[in-house]
Amino acid sequence: MSDTAERSIGKAGAPQGGAAGTGDTLMRVVRVLGRQREATVFIIAAALFLYFLIDQGSSFTAKSNQVTIWSDNVAPYAIIALGEVFLLICGEIDLSVGFVVGFAPYLMHYLIDFYAFPGLLAIFFALLVGVVVGAVNGFFTVTVRVPSFITTLGTGFILLGLINTTSHDQPAPIPASVLGIGKWISNYAWAPIIWAVVLTVLFHIVLTRTRWGLHTVSVGGNLLGAREAGIRVNRIKYGNFMITGLLGSLVGLQQMYYTNNITPTAGSYQWMFYAVTAAVIGGTAMLGGTGTIIGAFFGAVVLGILSDGFPLIGVSADLLSIIFGGAILVSMVANVQLTRLRERGQS
Amino acid sequence: MTATTPGGQARPVSSDGEVLRCEHITKNYGVVTALTDVNLRLGRGEVLGLIGDNGAGKSTLLKILCGFQPPTSGRIILEGQPIVLKSVDHARSLGIDAVYQDLALVNQLTVFQNMFLNREKVRWPLVRNQVMRKEAREHLDEMGVHIPSVNVPVAQLSGGQRQAVAVARSVFSDPKILLLDEPLAAMGVKEGAIILDLITRLKREGNVSIIIIAHNYAHVLEVCDRINLIQGGQITLDKRTDETSAEELTDLVVAEYRRALEERQRSA
Repeated sequence: MSDTAERSIGKAGAPQGGAAGTGDTLMRVVRVLGRQREATVFIIAAALFLYFLIDQGSSFTAKSNQVTIWSDNVAPYAIIALGEVFLLICGEIDLSVGFVVGFAPYLMHYLIDFYAFPGLLAIFFALLVGVVVGAVNGFFTVTVRVPSFITTLGTGFILLGLINTTSHDQPAPIPASVLGIGKWISNYAWAPIIWAVVLTVLFHIVLTRTRWGLHTVSVGGNLLGAREAGIRVNRIKYGNFMITGLLGSLVGLQQMYYTNNITPTAGSYQWMFYAVTAAVIGGTAMLGGTGTIIGAFFGAVVLGILSDGFPLIGVSADLLSIIFGGAILVSMVANVQLTRLRERGQS
Repeated sequence: MTATTPGGQARPVSSDGEVLRCEHITKNYGVVTALTDVNLRLGRGEVLGLIGDNGAGKSTLLKILCGFQPPTSGRIILEGQPIVLKSVDHARSLGIDAVYQDLALVNQLTVFQNMFLNREKVRWPLVRNQVMRKEAREHLDEMGVHIPSVNVPVAQLSGGQRQAVAVARSVFSDPKILLLDEPLAAMGVKEGAIILDLITRLKREGNVSIIIIAHNYAHVLEVCDRINLIQGGQITLDKRTDETSAEELTDLVVAEYRRALEERQRSA
């Protein structure tokens, strides 16, 4: 709900005619930061891009390297982050989606090679399994009322176990019957990032301009109030878990075609954590009711460029985790402080 | 669960001048009884004050009347027709709307988004912000509610403004019956005046019948036509406002409190 969030900060204190001197300056800073929440991440992403461009020149701009940044790194984080943003806005999280990424291609492979399913039907089921995992996450979180952190930790491990047992930890080739479909999904080097951009625009519109988006914000912002207004809050949460699962399946198939392989280590916790990190440094707090899709996309860009650029300049990739960790803490503190200041601005 | 008692006959109700009637409403939460055999009627265009101490069952009754939860037994008769409320949406479609104690406003959404919460104007798949903005503005002006802008998130409004937005929203759909839960709770004198003015205005227009739940009833006495006192899940007093006074009501509440205290001491 980026533009409401911006507005809420932008107009803070206005009806009361403003507070005293220091409070005023403080509010102005908050106002600027708030309105520029997505812009801040965008500027960081652009600055990193420029830095590596100037420092590394052609080894950074080479097509193969750019493809690595955008299609290998940014696209999967950004697509999974779309679902996580919707869930974080509802006050939930999905830790299992990375294993949906790994499991969906295997399911497709089993259905085709062991059960003689037609290719398209197998792909349909591979996408469906993400939706089903989402529904299971929804069931335990919403209906049984286990916190989603625990629910999805559990379903994530179960999926990991399923991948490892059924595949005997062995990679598999893509079945011949579905090779042709790959060109629509991600054979083309830029395909993953094109998918990511199109889905980002779509999800941004869904979040800001549709009932589903407004109701997602309402559920996160005031659960009881949303229920009293007649919003079917359970349906919203179930739906967002299922959307996230579907995105996990999609990314799984994309990566399968992109790497031309089915591997048991695809996805996993790392991608899920990167997606959540992208959402958080993009300006989505897990405080409920606020979040931005565009911010999450640029968050993914920051992660993607850093993951690629650090090894290029000869800095150990091991350092990356420290930087990402720091970035998460800084962004989260900024989010919490912004919320606190906004609340102070209203009284 | 149904809203009809096994023994309740569908006897014709004189719907003339009566818009809502509750018969033998009981509500249990497990072993806890929140309401016992509550009978209540609401006249057309009337403002009824439902008062009582904390935990007396006021909010439970309101939540039953607005379709948020079903009664354990008893029935609700709207304009002579027995009804079973399935949901808040269902109640709203029958012309019953409520303003809850927590107002059901979403802080992160703007005034106009809240005014249309779950009733958004849609040209599928998008919501029609321009239309909603304009209608919200017009409606608030009509109601005499002053808000700096409908584009402000409700988090930025004062308590009185928030309450006013919630009340204005609830009369948006032109309800027959409006239920207000503690509209003056935690509100300053000036803030409260905004709401009392709003209620007086609605009363003058006469299109809507209102039930006001109040814990501190001194304020609401001036806008209510009739008072029902609810104690221990039962209605113990039903008087026209001009036949009673804040003193009498206070005495009744205090007497009830003493009685309960003595009982507790006896059993201890």
